[in-house]
Amino acid sequence: MAKKVALLQGNTACALGAVYAGCTFFGGYPITPSTEVAEVMSEELPKVGGKFIQMEDEIAAMASVIGASLTGAKTLTATSGPGVSLKQELIGYACIAETPCVIINVMRGGPSTGMPTGPGQSDVMQARWGTHGDHAAIAVAPASCQEIFSETVRAFNLAEKYRMPVQVLYDEIVGHMRERIEFPEPGELEVIDRAAPTCSPEDYKPYDAKSDTDVPPLAAFGSEYRFHVTGLNKAADGFPTTKASLVDFEERRQIAKVECPEARADIESNEEYLCDDADVIILAYGSTSRSARYAVNELRAEGIKAGLFRPITLWPFPEKRVAELGKQVKAIVLPEMNLGQMIFEVERIVKNDCKLAGVHRVDGEPINPGQIIDQVKEVI
Amino acid sequence: MAYDYEKSIRPGKLPHIWCPGCGHGIVMKGLIRAMDTCGLEKNNTAIVSGIGCASRLPGYMDFCTLHTAHGRAAAFATGVKMAKPEMNVIVCGGDGDGTAIGGNHFIHACRRNIDMTYVLLNNHIYGMTGGQFSPCTPTGAKASTTPYGNPDPIFDISKLAIGAGATFVARTTAFHATQIDKLIAEGIKHKGMSVIEVVDDCPTTYGRRNKFRSVVDMMKVLKDTAVPVAAASKMTAEQLEGKILTGVLYQEDKPEYCAQYKQVIARAQG
Repeated sequence: MAKKVALLQGNTACALGAVYAGCTFFGGYPITPSTEVAEVMSEELPKVGGKFIQMEDEIAAMASVIGASLTGAKTLTATSGPGVSLKQELIGYACIAETPCVIINVMRGGPSTGMPTGPGQSDVMQARWGTHGDHAAIAVAPASCQEIFSETVRAFNLAEKYRMPVQVLYDEIVGHMRERIEFPEPGELEVIDRAAPTCSPEDYKPYDAKSDTDVPPLAAFGSEYRFHVTGLNKAADGFPTTKASLVDFEERRQIAKVECPEARADIESNEEYLCDDADVIILAYGSTSRSARYAVNELRAEGIKAGLFRPITLWPFPEKRVAELGKQVKAIVLPEMNLGQMIFEVERIVKNDCKLAGVHRVDGEPINPGQIIDQVKEVI
Repeated sequence: MAYDYEKSIRPGKLPHIWCPGCGHGIVMKGLIRAMDTCGLEKNNTAIVSGIGCASRLPGYMDFCTLHTAHGRAAAFATGVKMAKPEMNVIVCGGDGDGTAIGGNHFIHACRRNIDMTYVLLNNHIYGMTGGQFSPCTPTGAKASTTPYGNPDPIFDISKLAIGAGATFVARTTAFHATQIDKLIAEGIKHKGMSVIEVVDDCPTTYGRRNKFRSVVDMMKVLKDTAVPVAAASKMTAEQLEGKILTGVLYQEDKPEYCAQYKQVIARAQG
């Protein structure tokens, strides 16, 4: 049977991906260029018995998705620019309270109000370090409407599996672009639900880790399991503690659960295009990777062995593979719609193994293939 | 026989953090009696709070408890209630938490008329951080950040709640201990947003700076300034100067938010 297809905007694909993943709660606040996610959720969620609420501000929207998640629901919020800044404190709350939820960030320029209708990629470091304190981060960066659908599903899976907030970062270009989408059949894409506790309600502890990388099961409010949740440093039973050994164990575990080798292998996702024999790699993510792919083809036609490395998972960053590529190639060229963010992460990893050059733009215009080609030629 | 509070308290979680003479313990006991009167099931009841002394209350209570971020209790609670409307949702917290940093969430929870019971413990000060003035610190009073007297006018929390659309609003004080549970119980039974403001005392960070010689003096002030609404109707504006009205201040039946959203679902599925 032919698959259902449609011509859809990236933001619509995101909302429909969320519904596919089993999202039943959306708390949001209007902001360009992410608003369409909220609009589509307001239409789609009640059809499946889910709940949509437009909250009084960005902070409240984030609070509502954490509260709803604690009742067992898969929850989503979507925002951009200043909205992401406002949500940061509670993203940290979701990290320490280990509460699954998905945050869509349709990136625009900045700082502050910046250019609401223009694209940007200047939130990649905010996605990693935006909330205060030490914490792990998972962020994915789809580059097409189809991939926004599938990566939104994967973001829910990762949130549920690792019991934490997961951010989906795409820029205004992909968010507002319309492309052909093939809808996956139910069951075609994996959908993961959070692990439920198997112990008796009396024995349940919400942070009872079996190892220093473990993700303990999360019960739901309103079930037979009764527990306490706080944003304070807490012990296995969920109650506040200032005992140094317990605080240290929990802080480290909540990072290691994402950054241990097994978790990285599970979470990381990259696309490699003509990298095997490449002398120069263009490392690009999001809409910029589309220009980069075009540049690779042009360069190959001219006899330059170029390849595209596209991290789909931005955080945790694919350190191992990028280190390998750094040893293989003469140069890495990194285009991004900011004045240099991911390039410093790559510099930290490849050190002096190869040359590294950026292509940066913050004028609200996309990076075009010609700019990338010029930089590649200059660097090699 | 003495009332058994233990059955509602988590084993091993007492003593509480509150200072000797603080009114919060009186309010917690009132809340326990009210929840008991209403027969709220532990597994089906969430108690949500923000940050501050009063917001430590849920940690002691043997229910589904959520100690959130500063000011955000009403917004978290809205998520809980919307996602699982069959749960009873109690919110508690202080005056700074609820009406300063959390003021926006407070008024919008009132406006939606979502079915929750907000017990707001108004001790006129930020106690946990050492006594800075809140939106409820009386004008002229001393706080650690108003060493020359507070220049700010105050919020009347109950009026704020009524103006914002809450459909059950009541006020009492920590002195009127037996009225606390009666009003909270009425609030729990009310379908919609209920706000119960309990005016209480902070001897440690407010009383000492404002020449209260003892907790008893602070309690006397609560006793003397409280005027039941029925009695107030027979008093002149002059006689009511400096007084606070107690009892049920406002009540009306209006569509509740989750019930309204149920109709949205029905229309969408039409």
